[in-house]
Amino acid sequence: LIYCYRKPKTKRAKRFLEKREPKLNENTKNAMLIKGGNANLTVTKVLKDIYAVKKPFAVLYKRKNITRPFEDQTSLEFFSKKSDCSLFLFGSHNKKRPNNLIIGRMFDYHVLDMIELGVEKFVSLKDIKNSKCPEGTKPMLIFAGDVFDVNEEYRRLKSLLIDFFRGPTVPSIRLAGLEYVLHFTAVDGKIYMRSYKVLLKKSGCKIPRIELEEMGPSLDLVMRRTHLASDDLYKLSLKQPKGLKPKKKKNISHDVFGTTYGRIHMQKQDLSKLQTRKMKGLKKRPAEKSAEDGGATPKKSKSA
Amino acid sequence: MAAVRVEAVLAAAEEQEAEKRRSITVEKELELEYDLGNLLAVDRNPPPAAALRGAGPRREALLQALARDNTQLLVSRLWELPAERAGGAGGPLVAQLPEPTFRLPREKPPPKARPPTRWEQFARLKGIRRKKKTSLVWDEQAKEWRRRWGYRRAGGDPSRAWLAEVPAGADPEEDQFARLRREKRERVARNELNRLRNLARAHRAGRAVPAAPLHPTGHQDRDELRQVARVARVSTASLGRFQPRLPKESAEPPSRSGGKKRRFEPLLGNLAAERSRQLELLRDMGSKKPVLDITRAVNKQLRQEEAEAAAANKGKKQSKRGKRGRRQQRPGRSGKKSGARRQPQQQKPAGGGTGG
Repeated sequence: LIYCYRKPKTKRAKRFLEKREPKLNENTKNAMLIKGGNANLTVTKVLKDIYAVKKPFAVLYKRKNITRPFEDQTSLEFFSKKSDCSLFLFGSHNKKRPNNLIIGRMFDYHVLDMIELGVEKFVSLKDIKNSKCPEGTKPMLIFAGDVFDVNEEYRRLKSLLIDFFRGPTVPSIRLAGLEYVLHFTAVDGKIYMRSYKVLLKKSGCKIPRIELEEMGPSLDLVMRRTHLASDDLYKLSLKQPKGLKPKKKKNISHDVFGTTYGRIHMQKQDLSKLQTRKMKGLKKRPAEKSAEDGGATPKKSKSA
Repeated sequence: MAAVRVEAVLAAAEEQEAEKRRSITVEKELELEYDLGNLLAVDRNPPPAAALRGAGPRREALLQALARDNTQLLVSRLWELPAERAGGAGGPLVAQLPEPTFRLPREKPPPKARPPTRWEQFARLKGIRRKKKTSLVWDEQAKEWRRRWGYRRAGGDPSRAWLAEVPAGADPEEDQFARLRREKRERVARNELNRLRNLARAHRAGRAVPAAPLHPTGHQDRDELRQVARVARVSTASLGRFQPRLPKESAEPPSRSGGKKRRFEPLLGNLAAERSRQLELLRDMGSKKPVLDITRAVNKQLRQEEAEAAAANKGKKQSKRGKRGRRQQRPGRSGKKSGARRQPQQQKPAGGGTGG
């Protein structure tokens, strides 16, 4: 609302703009699923399945859009601005790059990273006749393979996939509702994405035994071109504002055993006026006192 | 005998525990890395490449087994989180997730604080605070509580006002209604202009401003025009020394050799002056007492008094605003208006030349 040259005239318009402006704690990222000018059946089915997984934080565009993301990013940025989506998945198909998927994300409505993946094998939700999990379940994400840490492009791909499939950030989760898991294995230059439904079986102890049932879309992907953001732009996008860091409580420390120690700062004490314990035995008795003073002494006030 | 039996019993119990645990333990070479806030697990172990090469159901089975192991480990971790029963005793078991640790880029850049508007700066300087106004006002005529402004406001509908008094010094022929309407239009236009100016200032504050074009565009503001005029004056052959000045420009042109800090004396000039200056510098550096800059001390004192007066006026409601106000007063201190007000009579304070 800060840079609003036209002030909103209704409360609804104001809420709409407030939802889209930059915030300290951001909204869940929305994804837009776009078909290219020559998308074939496979690619369309992939987009539809991913939409089903990512509902309600996704928009699936029905019409074909004739653009080439790697050459010209303006149309993607325009869509992102209009629908307030920062993640996108663009599907196309041609002879040189069959069954092409471009997965990417935006920063400030400009393209940050884009990775082109080729779909070699695809099994859709409909083809696997199993019971599915409810829509909008937060999936568990597992990445297997050392390539995801060694190779820079695979590292960005991992970050992109986490961003894409993560879903809303929640403070607590129902343990029985952990039903969906997405497993990514990187082997031999290929990335296998498999989705399973999780069945919790009784085991002897508190933690249940896991059995998996193949459920959702399964994709065999191969990495093609990439358009990664430069290091400083990436660092800029990672920067979190200071307000998000939890405030550190001062004067509290912990030791190895888990005991919490605190420090209290006292003001300076006048030691001459300190009230120590009364030692009655050391009090001067009246007989001794009169012997010392040598005479009748009047009643004196008690001294400290 | 009893001791042996006890040992046997304990061993048997341990065996049983191990049996139970076997169903949920998974052996891995390298430990997985967990980000429980994102329900994420990363397995660094290289998967069996040879086995996964051949396509077909064997590969699927292998992938599923790998997934099962990893999911088991992740779920064990999640189950170890502190959990409680939501909604009473019969409710579902809910675990408290920690904050996500995996750093992901933001969607949009973090919001920048809006720079204060001209009125806000002035109010901060003067210590003026917002008066909380009630939303309803008592209307004597209608004998009820009405809004302060808007639909059915307290003073009646201003467009239906049938009486407009002619003020004391006004022309008797003038149409008062037209005057009121014109003034309202002017007020609205002025407010809109100020709002847009504040907005433009806020917009400019964050970004780098491109250099102002040297020809007048009609969209430049005072500061830009002043810069442009300065550039135009200095771009003469004698660098602006003999240019006639505009009526309201300052009489003294900026010194050619630079300001206070850019002035360089000739190398072999006045030896006595140089000597006295060096000795003065050494004396000031060596003395224990700090050198007093009277201008700055006076300004600081006056600023402090003003802030105290403002704080005393407002009383308890100071809390956040006051701290921010006092912190923000520093740019106001060096501003033209306040600086000009506090010009002390002394031009060269003692020891100011060296101490600064």
